[in-house]
Amino acid sequence: MDTSIWEPIIYLVGIMAFAGLNAAYLGWCERKGAGHIQRRIGPKEVGWFGLLQPLADGIKLMSKQLLVPQGVDGILFRAAPILAMVPAITSMVAIPFSETIQARSIDLSVLLIFALASIGMMAVLIGGWASGNKYAIISATRSVSQNIAYEIPMLVTVITIVMLSGSMNLEEIAMKQEGGFWNWNIFPVAGESIAQAIIMPISFIIFFICSVAETNRAPFDMAEAESELIAGFMTEYGSMGFGLFMMGEYLNIVVGACLTTILFLGGWYGPFGFTSSVFWFLLKIYILIATFIWIRWTFPRTQIYKLLNLSWKILIPFSLAILLLTAVFLKVEGFLI
Amino acid sequence: MQSLSSQLANGPSLFSAEGFVGLIFLITIAVIIIGAFMATTSRRLVRCVAGLAVSFTGVAGIYYFLMSPFVAMMQMLIYVGAVSILIAFAVMLAAPEDHTGSGSRTNVLASPLGAGMAAMVFAALSILGIKTQWQSFPRQGSGDIEQIGYVLLTSHSMVFEAISLVLLIAIIGALVLARKGRS
Repeated sequence: MDTSIWEPIIYLVGIMAFAGLNAAYLGWCERKGAGHIQRRIGPKEVGWFGLLQPLADGIKLMSKQLLVPQGVDGILFRAAPILAMVPAITSMVAIPFSETIQARSIDLSVLLIFALASIGMMAVLIGGWASGNKYAIISATRSVSQNIAYEIPMLVTVITIVMLSGSMNLEEIAMKQEGGFWNWNIFPVAGESIAQAIIMPISFIIFFICSVAETNRAPFDMAEAESELIAGFMTEYGSMGFGLFMMGEYLNIVVGACLTTILFLGGWYGPFGFTSSVFWFLLKIYILIATFIWIRWTFPRTQIYKLLNLSWKILIPFSLAILLLTAVFLKVEGFLI
Repeated sequence: MQSLSSQLANGPSLFSAEGFVGLIFLITIAVIIIGAFMATTSRRLVRCVAGLAVSFTGVAGIYYFLMSPFVAMMQMLIYVGAVSILIAFAVMLAAPEDHTGSGSRTNVLASPLGAGMAAMVFAALSILGIKTQWQSFPRQGSGDIEQIGYVLLTSHSMVFEAISLVLLIAIIGALVLARKGRS
């Protein structure tokens, strides 16, 4: 294998740049989106349409003092924001942006991304506890119980896709969906059985709800319910500590959108079958991210009990049923058409 | 059997591929040991759990090193992602605010005795590890999921069944414990 030293360096710089740009400008998109949804203008002072706002925010956050309040657990308090940010960037290594743009093709890339996501969960827990603040601890326990509850239907849905594709490699999963939208996993009409095409959209909805919940976004943002918990596990964090948590959140959204795109929406393949490029991939992930923002500013926050009931009583049974049906459709040929 | 110093002197250089792999191996071992020390010496329970998670991460590194990435990922997903978080969860819900207080030791002899016992076990295991004539087995399979799945359902199906039994017992136990609180 001849790989020049430049390839990893270019990927490293590229991924860092992509991550940084997204983390900065998704904040701007969200504020603009929120503004327009609420009939406001949103940021408009710094640069045209407030386009330089993220830079101004970044400078502000970085020039603030890194404050470690009294009574916090020093090491864990400092480690938590880093732990929130690093796994999100790291998991981008395994994401194929197009046929050729992928830092590393790993056989188990789906598993790798979920394994890294579990470190992010640890970060919330550690950050909340180390703050030594009651609100932060309540928020951390809420966030973790929510994440554990929603990880199960999410993983079961992923297993369904893995069974259909016969691979845990994101690249291969995307390649299986080559051709038009009728080959995509969300509605595989061209697949072996029509019945499969009927249940897959449900699977997609389950996965999407779970990814909203896993990233702690409204209407599932129990972790930082401002009206009850101040800012949840981030209460005690100021300056760049807070900044890292926010960047981690936005990067998790990007990773979630990438995963949804690859698993269900045909990755980098165009909807009508003759084009495939990184352009389609980016278009799909940004449509998904726009949906995330739209959902956040449209639906009010739910209650924690309703949230947990939704996962345990509806999403898990449905995802298990879909898994079982998929297994039957795969093994019994000609079952129901 | 070469002595350690001659091995270090005649071994591969640090900048060769083998030397680099060896360095990564040593770093993984260091992560496990540091994590273990964090987990056992700290008096704050959540720090102990964090140490445990670090140690688990190191163990995942060892699995990766032994060329079974699937087991490594599962180690991360299950032990770091679920087990340590559940432990931390239990600690946060159950423990009082102050974990830092110097708890009253019931016996002065407890810590030297404990350290002595631990040292003896460590020495015994080390001697065992060095003196035993280890037989090397040829590598079984390539460690990918397809093979693991095949083996689990054919030649090692007993393990599979035993695990499902363990899970069944865990579910029944959880139900019994949860049932008790209700009238």
